[in-house]
Amino acid sequence: MQTATLHFVDNSPLVALIGNPNCGKTAIFNALTGSHQKVANYAGVTVERKEGKLTLGETGKNLRILDLPGAYSLYPRSLDERVTHDVLKGLAAGEKRPDLAVCVVDATNLRRTLKLALAVQRLGLPCVLALNMSDLAQKRGLRIDPQALAHALGMPVIATVGIQAQGVAPLKAHLIDAFANARTPAPTPSPLAAHEEAPDSQDVQRIQGILRDLGLDQIQPDTLSEQIDRWVLHPLWGPLLLALVLFVVFQAVFALAIAPMALIKDSSVTLGNLLGGMIGSELLRSLLVDGLIAGVGGVLVFLPQILILFFFILILEESGYLPRAAYLLDKLMGSVGLSGRSFIPLLSSFACAIPGIMAARTISNTRDRWVTIMIAPLMTCSARLPVYTLLISAFIPDTLVAGALSLRGLVLFLLYVMGILGAMGVAWLLKRFTSEGGLSRPLMMELPSYHWPTLNNIAIGLWQRAKIFLSRVGGVILLLTLLLWFLASFPRPDEHFQGLPIEASFAGLLGHALAPIFTPIGFNWQISIALIPGMAAREVVVSALGTVYALSSQASDVSSTLGPMLTQSWSLASALSLMVWFVFAPQCLSTIATVRRETQGWRMPLIMLSYLFVLAYAASFITYRLALWLGLGVMV
Amino acid sequence: MGMDSFQSLARLPKHEKAWVKTLRPLESQNLLARQLEEIGFVPGEQVQVLSKAWMGGDPMVVRVGQSTFALRQAEAQLIEVTQEP
Repeated sequence: MQTATLHFVDNSPLVALIGNPNCGKTAIFNALTGSHQKVANYAGVTVERKEGKLTLGETGKNLRILDLPGAYSLYPRSLDERVTHDVLKGLAAGEKRPDLAVCVVDATNLRRTLKLALAVQRLGLPCVLALNMSDLAQKRGLRIDPQALAHALGMPVIATVGIQAQGVAPLKAHLIDAFANARTPAPTPSPLAAHEEAPDSQDVQRIQGILRDLGLDQIQPDTLSEQIDRWVLHPLWGPLLLALVLFVVFQAVFALAIAPMALIKDSSVTLGNLLGGMIGSELLRSLLVDGLIAGVGGVLVFLPQILILFFFILILEESGYLPRAAYLLDKLMGSVGLSGRSFIPLLSSFACAIPGIMAARTISNTRDRWVTIMIAPLMTCSARLPVYTLLISAFIPDTLVAGALSLRGLVLFLLYVMGILGAMGVAWLLKRFTSEGGLSRPLMMELPSYHWPTLNNIAIGLWQRAKIFLSRVGGVILLLTLLLWFLASFPRPDEHFQGLPIEASFAGLLGHALAPIFTPIGFNWQISIALIPGMAAREVVVSALGTVYALSSQASDVSSTLGPMLTQSWSLASALSLMVWFVFAPQCLSTIATVRRETQGWRMPLIMLSYLFVLAYAASFITYRLALWLGLGVMV
Repeated sequence: MGMDSFQSLARLPKHEKAWVKTLRPLESQNLLARQLEEIGFVPGEQVQVLSKAWMGGDPMVVRVGQSTFALRQAEAQLIEVTQEP
């Protein structure tokens, strides 16, 4: 035997998996070895390599499979590449030289990945080429002939799909056949060649030749996507189309939701009246009708709008349009010191800031990551949608602007834009005042081929959104609503109390105590109460207002809807001020907790809380004062 | 460095096909160059600029091999291209 090994214990044949990082090596390893895997360390090297077993048919013999760290070349530059290099040369302590190397290559990126395979082959090891991601290559119109490639390389070529169980079966069969078949000799490595390290350029040229012979050296045009991109990415039409798309989405949120919202609203009113008539106990009726149905039902009504918004977002996501939108906005992002990489985390923040903040992990630059986390809450999350649409429906007339555009949709659009502009402003300030801010950032974003969104994926996505929303309604929102009902109902006033019963309660007292802080921006004591539970989840503001106003009005007609009640009690100036408050409003507690976890400390979340509070207060103050000056301070 | 003869991808006219010659700074020491190599900008690979933003062409859309990428000028400047294969 050629190789000298020190602690040689297992005599089974050894197969090494080798390839570039991210070519699906580990997926193949898992498929080959099933669950029999253990993790081992090489002495003195911290980098892990994994070993598993593949049983050879009925012989009962095992094949040891070694998953080596991904490497770009056999010149050992880093520690993990050193491991790969040593194992293949039989220099690793406690390990024999492999009997066979499976070189895993990415079929969609042969030029880069073949280089390593050639270098391994030159070491004198018997090689098998696993042409991985062959399904993806085929989908992209790439026709690779495994036979011809095998002939050109001088090693067997097997097409694999690592992520499918069946996709690795041919490779498994090949390995079993190579080692278990008695008729053919098992593969044995030849001695290390004296000059195995050929210059890089020689390999590049050989690969060039192979790819040319196989007709794989040309750009594979993606004709359809290029045709579409001619319009979508056009310097003039592209941004106009993007604005149009966003605009249509926000219009649709109002226009399409009317019927389903009316249905939910009517059912909750009917249910409230029904229960109200059936229950004798005054207190229990108040709990169920004023607390539960007025509160939770008031939030549930917004499910259709959330689903409509996500229906459009999912279509944009599935079709491949979103990275294009990021491309179109890149100049803008760059001008405030952010890279296109921040776009996806910021975009997911429109659903909820929490996944957005977690997605910021993909940003390698620390400063960029912090800036992205800081401004993520300014993207209007879906929890704010109920608050916005409640206020808009109550205070903004349902009229058309310029003959065709719904004024309500326009106001909603403006609230979203205001959040985005706020985020840009904050990012710009941070760019001006942080040392690294002026540097340019990489973009390197793939623009995938367009394809039709599948109905199935959209249905799954919508179902997930609905589930999240409903579990919030049934969980935190329900809980806080009941808590608020309790605080707003007790203690009961004595007979001599002059005002409404709620004003004597805990919540009433708290609201009155907070009122001096919020009166300058136009909030009355009822709003001040609702803001507190709104810290836990923003939709709760809606249910809290529902409960507070239900308890504030005369008992019998409480099930009438919240909107008209608000219209009678607030001025337009107050309503506008509250809308603007919610654009910048300090975050819900779970966002703050996420920021603390992601940044490992209280500094960032505290900075975030205070800057958002100051921003929200200032913006609401300006809005309120401006509205008063315009004469909007009177009740409608 | 002989900057006069250096043609970067950043200055390649739209729709003209070219081939990647080298990445600069040379070798994979540089994080940016290494990332570019990982996404497919390998010597010998054919490239084509599909679209450029107005005013300075930043960012731009590049077809490389079987994928399409959006790059900023700063990244495209690291890629030396040649009109000859």
